[in-house]
Amino acid sequence: MSQALIVVSDLEKTYTTRGRARVRALGGISLAIEAGEFVTIVGQSGCGKTTLLKILAGLLPRTAGTVTLRGKPVDRPTRDIGIVFQDPVLLPWRTVLDNVMLPVQVLGLDRDAHRARARDLLGLVGLEGFEDKYPHELSGGMRQRVAIARALVHDPSLLLMDEPFGALDAMTREHMNLELLRVWQEARKTIVFITHSIPEAVFLADRVVVMSARPGRVVEVVGVDLGRPRDLDMMASDEFGVYTRKIRHLFDD
Amino acid sequence: MADDVLIARSAWREFREEPAAFVRTRPHLPLIPLVFVGFVALWEWVVRAWAIPPFLLPAPSAVGASLAGGLMSRLYLEHFWVTLGEALLGFLIAALAGITLGAIIAQFRLVERTFYPYLVALQTLPKIAIAPLIIVWFGFGVPSKVIIAATVAFFPVLVNVIVGLKTIDQSKLDLMRSLNASHWQTFRLVRFPNALPFVFAGLDIAIVFSVLGAIVGEFVGAQRGLGNLILQFNFGLDIAGVFAVLILLSVLGVSLHLVMQVIQRRLIFWAEPEQVIGA
Repeated sequence: MSQALIVVSDLEKTYTTRGRARVRALGGISLAIEAGEFVTIVGQSGCGKTTLLKILAGLLPRTAGTVTLRGKPVDRPTRDIGIVFQDPVLLPWRTVLDNVMLPVQVLGLDRDAHRARARDLLGLVGLEGFEDKYPHELSGGMRQRVAIARALVHDPSLLLMDEPFGALDAMTREHMNLELLRVWQEARKTIVFITHSIPEAVFLADRVVVMSARPGRVVEVVGVDLGRPRDLDMMASDEFGVYTRKIRHLFDD
Repeated sequence: MADDVLIARSAWREFREEPAAFVRTRPHLPLIPLVFVGFVALWEWVVRAWAIPPFLLPAPSAVGASLAGGLMSRLYLEHFWVTLGEALLGFLIAALAGITLGAIIAQFRLVERTFYPYLVALQTLPKIAIAPLIIVWFGFGVPSKVIIAATVAFFPVLVNVIVGLKTIDQSKLDLMRSLNASHWQTFRLVRFPNALPFVFAGLDIAIVFSVLGAIVGEFVGAQRGLGNLILQFNFGLDIAGVFAVLILLSVLGVSLHLVMQVIQRRLIFWAEPEQVIGA
């Protein structure tokens, strides 16, 4: 386990609400994620998935326990992580290319060198020729592709994704899932992907982390042995059905 | 309104290609000048039919003659430039001060909490009421008018800058935080551009208010300017002259507003229309 990219142990998070009530959002989570893995976290709304992701990203302080990335504690955001939020969060006054370049600008990296990389990434997410468009000229799916390119531009080893396709229609969503797998295989990143869709979680993952609510805990980690590359037909297979049923039953208890 | 200006270009092409269809889809277009012509004709007729004395209500023809005469003799233009200069200078000061102070107030909670009661008190005070004081302090010349214009135009900018800087989705801030962005980077790259639609809504109000301030200043005490001219004409019961100056003033106001809208459209083309308040 010492080889794992991220190690989460006994992570606790307790919020204090305005009325001084204490809410336990995460109750002792332990998890190890290997480099290059695609891990999905699935759970109902309010199970603390987003809280967990924000702590992994260094955006939120933890109450107890440890989170390490390559053996170093994560106390604040680091360059080695790229985040894709629920909404694309593009800056509407910037072109697509300038949006992708935002991390390069903020982190003070070499702009000329990274501009070529940004263009390559836009090609990778299927947005070649859209570099000079503005976000309001793009569809919802295209905007989220820009957000993925932006999360990858500074070459982080870990990509955290918080229900990135939740706002898209079902067909676009399936298409984006396929694209994401392609990007993952080409860019060779580690991805932690949050969703509340069981089929999406199974389709994408090497391992599915199933979470329960109040407080958020890991119920089970389900390894998905479906083979790669995956295609949409797999979703109709018996094996796929076995995985989704198994996870669904975990929520029934 | 700027929409109209920018759409005008493509509309003109449409009009040249198919004039009949163009008017059919926009029945209000011929009605706008028609209402104007009808109103002016009615006005002219009422004045003539009832022989209303010109010192009560001059006929539109008399107003037109006064306007043409005043423009020809350059009398109006001379005063026009004075008022425009006062208003523009006042506007610039208000814009710079409003944006700077608004940014400081929005960034530092202590400053905001400390000065907020004073801001509310000042904002509810009718700024025009201090015009006589400013004339006493800064004299009858141009500076006092600039200061009055700036005072009146300052608050709409300030308030909109503060609201604009505070109206931001947490997700944009999270994005910047995830990149370890400094306060200054977050301000420069996200907060300020994000506030621009609000800033421009404030500037748009401010430019109209600055003309108002300049005119009020000229009413209270001045040797030149359109406000001063109105008073002179009023004293001399030259009501046609008063109307002519009022027309000049509305031309001034509408032009300044349009210029602002064009700049706004160029700069914040990306904003959703409903995002811009007061525009």
